[in-house]
Amino acid sequence: MDQLRMTLERFGGVNLLPVAVAAVAFVLIGAPSSWVTLTVAGLAMGMMIFLMASGLSLVFGLMDVLNFGHSAFVSFGAFVAASVLGWLAGWLGSDSVVLNAAALFAAFTAAILFGLAAGWFFETVIIKPVYHDHLRQILITMGALIVAEQIILAIWGGTPMNVPRPGFLEGSIIIGDVAIEIYRAFAFLLGLIVYVALFATLNRTRIGLLIRAGVENREMVEALGFRIDRLFVGVFMVGSALAALGGAMWAGYETLITPALGAELMIVVFIVVIIGGLGSIEGTLLGAILVGLVANYVGFLAPKLALASNMILMMAILLWRPNGLRPAVR
Amino acid sequence: MTLLSLKSMQTNIDQYAVLHDVTLDIPEGGVFVLLGRNGAGKTTTLRSIMGLWKPSPGSVHFRGRDISGLHTAEIARLGIAFVPENMGIFGGLTVQENLVLATANGSFDQDRLERIWRLFPALETFWTKAAWSLSGGQKQMLAVARAIIEPRELILIDEPTKGLAPSIVDAMAEAFREISNNTTILLVEQNFEFARALGRDMAVIDDGRIAHTGTMSNFVADKDLQDSLLSLSA
Repeated sequence: MDQLRMTLERFGGVNLLPVAVAAVAFVLIGAPSSWVTLTVAGLAMGMMIFLMASGLSLVFGLMDVLNFGHSAFVSFGAFVAASVLGWLAGWLGSDSVVLNAAALFAAFTAAILFGLAAGWFFETVIIKPVYHDHLRQILITMGALIVAEQIILAIWGGTPMNVPRPGFLEGSIIIGDVAIEIYRAFAFLLGLIVYVALFATLNRTRIGLLIRAGVENREMVEALGFRIDRLFVGVFMVGSALAALGGAMWAGYETLITPALGAELMIVVFIVVIIGGLGSIEGTLLGAILVGLVANYVGFLAPKLALASNMILMMAILLWRPNGLRPAVR
Repeated sequence: MTLLSLKSMQTNIDQYAVLHDVTLDIPEGGVFVLLGRNGAGKTTTLRSIMGLWKPSPGSVHFRGRDISGLHTAEIARLGIAFVPENMGIFGGLTVQENLVLATANGSFDQDRLERIWRLFPALETFWTKAAWSLSGGQKQMLAVARAIIEPRELILIDEPTKGLAPSIVDAMAEAFREISNNTTILLVEQNFEFARALGRDMAVIDDGRIAHTGTMSNFVADKDLQDSLLSLSA
């Protein structure tokens, strides 16, 4: 048994879980083309959830803050991006890929800038007064999420909003009898780029070193001469901006959004953070990909279990590894 | 010359007063030992100096400057290092990363690094290993090394011998002797044999109050005083 465990560890350990899930799904689904389509959809969904969850994981790990309002940034990111895309409908409808891409870039930039500013405001006004008090954190951030939803209702109204997609991301790539939606491939690539950037920042820079150390023991980081509260504001802002970017991507994926979008995604985001392990970007990516794959495979194989699948996954993983798959703190 | 002064310091944790009117002068140079029974207030004293718990009322003066209102990070930047009882190492970081984090600008002074490798050869051996994989003694070495990777004026060390093998304790004593040649150490310790071998001056804290101050040699010579303050014979 130990021999098997050591061999598995040598080949990637828990990182092999998505591969194992995909292999089991391949056998159960039977049709390779359906399996590829579902796998790409799962990976794309996982990457978008990763964007939304990565900031929350760092905030949770670094400052022990339970921010149930995190998904408000997802909602705002989605609506801000959808509005910008709506204003730039002429560019989106153009045959020019450059104009298409410029519209998309403008929408993402607007969502990110909004996330940065809203994150700064949220941390300074709402989170700071309730450090070290989990009950008040839950109450105040849940309250903030409800207020955010109402603000979205007041600004954008209650009618579901259509989100136009840039022309160059419409359609599918056909390989044999497999159809891969271009938007999903794009979502996967963007998520991968963000992951690599985050990984490099955390592992190759002094700021990243401070964040990793702070996740483990913030008191000791302060005793070494660093103001972790100032670092935390920066992490919170970046985390909020990533959530807004995730929301913007999700809006294009769903193409129809409502003010309840953030609240609906909140549970999934928390599941990803918990099963991945607090404060760990690698864990968050692993958790997000697992959730994305399982949701798609189960949705195909047993649609009635689709809603429960993420909860079952979380329970199974927590029973096996109570601190999550790859917690930052050992 | 006095390096650090605690003046009528009272520290409360939640509604409990842990330190009562603690007044103490730590002279510059050598090892000053703070002794006391479990729960007497030794760790609280160190944490209060470091600003991790705020004394109120009372104050902490470092080189004559009142530092009691400063943030922990600012206190550290004055040249005060802290080695907590649980060592406070970052397990997910390598030995090298733990040390580089404690440098002022992210790069090592080669002389200081070689001094650390001379004092604690195991750290060079496990340079790129994650700190969680070190033994207890090696973790303690890393915690002390982190405190001396930059020039410091004062190092606060909380029970460094707790749970360590005798051979590691000896190595640690040797390292502290060398470090105290140019840095003042305020050592909190329950291992009296270790403390008496290192300490020049000392104090005993009991129930959150300073019960005795003096030289270690006088304290070692007075068995009755030791028994009454530390219950060593019990």
